[in-house]
Amino acid sequence: MTHNLRADTITMRGHGDDEIEAYLAVPTDVPSHGSIVVIHHLPGYDETTKEITRRFGAHGYAALMPNLYHREAPGAEPDDAAALVRSNGGVPDDRLVGDVAGAMKHLQALPGSNGKVASIGFCSGGRQSFLSGCRLALDGVIDCYGAYVVGTAPESFPIRVTPVIGEVAGITGEVLGLFGAEDKFPTPEQNDELAEALRAAQKTFTFRTYENAGHAFFSSNRPSYRVEAANEGWQEIFTFLQRTVG
Amino acid sequence: MCTYQTETLRMNASAKTPQGWTKMTDASVYFDHPVHFMADHALVIDVLNTHEGSLAHVAVEMDAASARALAEAILRALESVPPELRAEVSPD
Repeated sequence: MTHNLRADTITMRGHGDDEIEAYLAVPTDVPSHGSIVVIHHLPGYDETTKEITRRFGAHGYAALMPNLYHREAPGAEPDDAAALVRSNGGVPDDRLVGDVAGAMKHLQALPGSNGKVASIGFCSGGRQSFLSGCRLALDGVIDCYGAYVVGTAPESFPIRVTPVIGEVAGITGEVLGLFGAEDKFPTPEQNDELAEALRAAQKTFTFRTYENAGHAFFSSNRPSYRVEAANEGWQEIFTFLQRTVG
Repeated sequence: MCTYQTETLRMNASAKTPQGWTKMTDASVYFDHPVHFMADHALVIDVLNTHEGSLAHVAVEMDAASARALAEAILRALESVPPELRAEVSPD
């Protein structure tokens, strides 16, 4: 069953109490709802990630996607903003976590919120979702093929990415990881290492690795799209959300 | 985005954007997921002006063979003219 929804561009308070743009989808025909923060990928606050945000609304969840590049390029096209932010070395981790914390607070204050919030991110957003789960009281954490949760990026990379695996003790909610068997960023071996770290820290998690799928298999407008993996992945996501945020 | 690999450089350049010709100051070069080119990965060149108030950006995305051919053509073009014509000055 899908729900009626309303989707708007709003202003929310992020890291440092900064006002930033965000995209909010809210179901309009449910008495109460769980929530999810959607973290966009490095290519930015784009149309496909807004579509994903609406999809959560249609499934009965309030979903909020902060524009992580709003400070650098307010009002810019997503690809222009992404090029600028990439050139500047990406979004600092502390600022990202502050923006996710602000999105959580915004979602919890919405009428009908049951107070529970999960996060999801794709590609670079997968790492950022996992990182947020290590530092914030999220009820569920979904990492879709996030690179450098495990493993260190070469120092020559200007984009500041550091491994997150050392912070797994901070996770309070359940974790869902969705990966492609053919991916190189992250590799299946790195995902095994992450699973081992979560197990050692006695965290509750589910990892799924799909055959015949590589990186970005959820991207329905890209050649990396794999319909079977994406369909099964979406089913996993909604089962997970039902369990963790209601 | 997955490789995170990025080469960045300052440049003395102009580019034609949707708003017309403008000065450009920086470039990023990387092999990663393209926005539009129909491949999982591509060589991407972003040419930017990040220093003059409003953001200007032009981009090209291409396969590896095209990128190599372009790089070699640029070097051949540079080498084929007398050095005094090139007036090489380091970017600001």
